[in-house]
Amino acid sequence: MKLTCDEATAICDKNQYNEASLWEKIRLGFHLILCKRCGLYSKQNKVMSTCYQKLKDAECRKIPILNQEEKESMAQKLKAKIE
Amino acid sequence: MSEADKQLLNPEKWVSLYADYLFNYTISRLNDKDLAKDLVQDTFFSALKAKENFKGESSERTWLIAILKRKIVDYYRKINSAKGKAEVRMNFYADGEREGEWLEERVPTDWSGEIDKKIENQELAVVLEKCIADLPEKYGMVFRMKTIQQIETDDICKELDITTSNLWVIIHRARTQLRKCMEENWFKN
Repeated sequence: MKLTCDEATAICDKNQYNEASLWEKIRLGFHLILCKRCGLYSKQNKVMSTCYQKLKDAECRKIPILNQEEKESMAQKLKAKIE
Repeated sequence: MSEADKQLLNPEKWVSLYADYLFNYTISRLNDKDLAKDLVQDTFFSALKAKENFKGESSERTWLIAILKRKIVDYYRKINSAKGKAEVRMNFYADGEREGEWLEERVPTDWSGEIDKKIENQELAVVLEKCIADLPEKYGMVFRMKTIQQIETDDICKELDITTSNLWVIIHRARTQLRKCMEENWFKN
């Protein structure tokens, strides 16, 4: 039943993706009642998840692409192998 | 399948038809433009070499992606191999009486101040990107696939040939490391 801080925060991380089991969530809940350090981790973890979502949104707006030059060089190298 | 339904390979057109698609697929996993470019080029070379093995039962694109996927898993294995293996910094005591407890210098500290404002700041993405780039490659790769690309756990495990518990250990270490990095470089600076 008793979790170490390492185990508790691992469940907390998994829970950020809604993939912790019910039993894991119960054990985490008990640990958080007693452990202030992990309580703070848990609180900050939610903030971090929001940050990750922000990053995802920012990345969606600037997807790197291959420019024409890069593609031509790729085609050239491939062509050399075909012949 | 009749002969007429069979797909044919057209290597001269590969770059113009599939380079972007393969590149995007790779960059979403590795987030390194040069590396992604190399893997795509390499995929075309391997495909050319294996041309005789193409049965024509799938499309050209599906076939190329399958080859690329093998390149990606090979790359993952390489960065995960014992040689030159980089680990994240420990956050908890690994053994002894206090095993599993927070290491004193890694204990979360209160961020206080205007957290909401800091989350909305456009610079956040830049700092966070840097923290992720500082993770050992393996951790960055799995973390990005799960959190930024939001690929299903089962799919990541299948793609990289790792177990679910392995994935969660990597995610846990990456996230504790990132929390610490953002605490130092963003929330408390």
